[in-house]
Amino acid sequence: MTHLGPIIGQALWLFVRVVVEVIRQAFWVFAKDVLVEIRSPSRFIGVMFFAFAVIFMVAFASNTTDVMRRQAGGVLWIGLLLASTRSLDQSFAAELEHNALEGQTLWPVHPTAIFFGKALANAVILIIVGTILTPLSIAMFDVTVRGSWLQMAGFIVLGSTALAAPGTLFTAITSQARGSSVLLPLLMFPLVVPVLMAAARGTTLIFLPDPMDQSTAWLIALVAFNVIHWPLAGLLFGRVVEGGTH
Amino acid sequence: MADSNAGLVVDDLARRYGPRWAVARVSFTVAPGTACQLTGPNGSGKSTLLRCAATAIQPHHGQVRFDGRDVWTHRRSMRHEISFLSHDSRLYEDLSAVDNLRSWARLGGYSTQVDELIEKVGLDPKRTDPVRMFSAGMRRRLALAVALMKTPKLLLLDEPFAALDPVGRELVLDVVRDICAQGAVVLMATHHPEEAALACTQHVRLESGRKVTG
Repeated sequence: MTHLGPIIGQALWLFVRVVVEVIRQAFWVFAKDVLVEIRSPSRFIGVMFFAFAVIFMVAFASNTTDVMRRQAGGVLWIGLLLASTRSLDQSFAAELEHNALEGQTLWPVHPTAIFFGKALANAVILIIVGTILTPLSIAMFDVTVRGSWLQMAGFIVLGSTALAAPGTLFTAITSQARGSSVLLPLLMFPLVVPVLMAAARGTTLIFLPDPMDQSTAWLIALVAFNVIHWPLAGLLFGRVVEGGTH
Repeated sequence: MADSNAGLVVDDLARRYGPRWAVARVSFTVAPGTACQLTGPNGSGKSTLLRCAATAIQPHHGQVRFDGRDVWTHRRSMRHEISFLSHDSRLYEDLSAVDNLRSWARLGGYSTQVDELIEKVGLDPKRTDPVRMFSAGMRRRLALAVALMKTPKLLLLDEPFAALDPVGRELVLDVVRDICAQGAVVLMATHHPEEAALACTQHVRLESGRKVTG
């Protein structure tokens, strides 16, 4: 038993070193993605206007104010979901333009770090888009935030991160296939339906009277989806980007 | 007596894409401090062999060993020692030459002097220009700078002379000589055997995935 102490200590030390290295690499993948977005803001602007167009068209087509108010949360998230497919597709387009993604796996960078860096960058873009679209939705659908703004921010952040993690994994899977822009929604949408339901329902409850405080339960559901999606997608990402015999 | 495990050993290597064998049971060794050129017509398996050695793909049969270790099995650690200049530049179009090099250096945790590397490949006047404004030859030079960031023990070059002007080709030859002088191994796939012979002392020729000479 006394011999096990140093072995466990060494294993723990090795584990901590790997985790610290993965965090360091993930940060630089994230920083590089942010730099690419800053250098070519047209991508972000395109995604932003795409989401805005979806929300604007639904708001324009609806003519009953009461129904519009009940739809506000759902429409905001449909806009964000459709924008996320555009954003994810484009973030991998930059990686595949000259096969930089393969370069990263050979660099050497841990595949998990590539996943966390890219997923975090995609989540940040969605959060920014969501933050800009929320006041626009409030104005267009003539709703008011009856719940707390903190909860509203929680839905935007947790909903965006819960979309970004599986989205990044599925974009990596589909990006090298023919017709990737068609494949991505086909694979991703069924998986993120529960996330969308939680985010849309919770956001709608912020806009409506919520005497039972159900929005907190939907927020907790989003936390649970994040806890499941991020580590699982991070583990599977390596299988997708490593060459192997296929 | 020389260590038989030292250097690069391609041992009965085979790799297929679907039913077609791109590399069929190829074996050869390259000693430390040696540059080997790999020639052959298009589709002869040169790039596939380099990609197996670079750990980009896994062989279906046989193995590539470097300093006694199977590169695929030990790919996580081997990737610190192997640099691969592939057909693809692996550059980000919207970033400048400096941004590209800094991104790759930070990602790998390399404390390389980016300015020195840019100067070495002759891109100093264009260091802040976005890569999308670069010519094919300038991209090749920048990709070479990325490959040199690691100070590799095994340098794999796939068509390094492609798109380069005479000065650029001389730069590649100088790099190969320098790397070999440090005891590293260079494996270069090329369609310019006469030019490559100025730096490479070994020659392996492939045809239809099989080794015919070397």
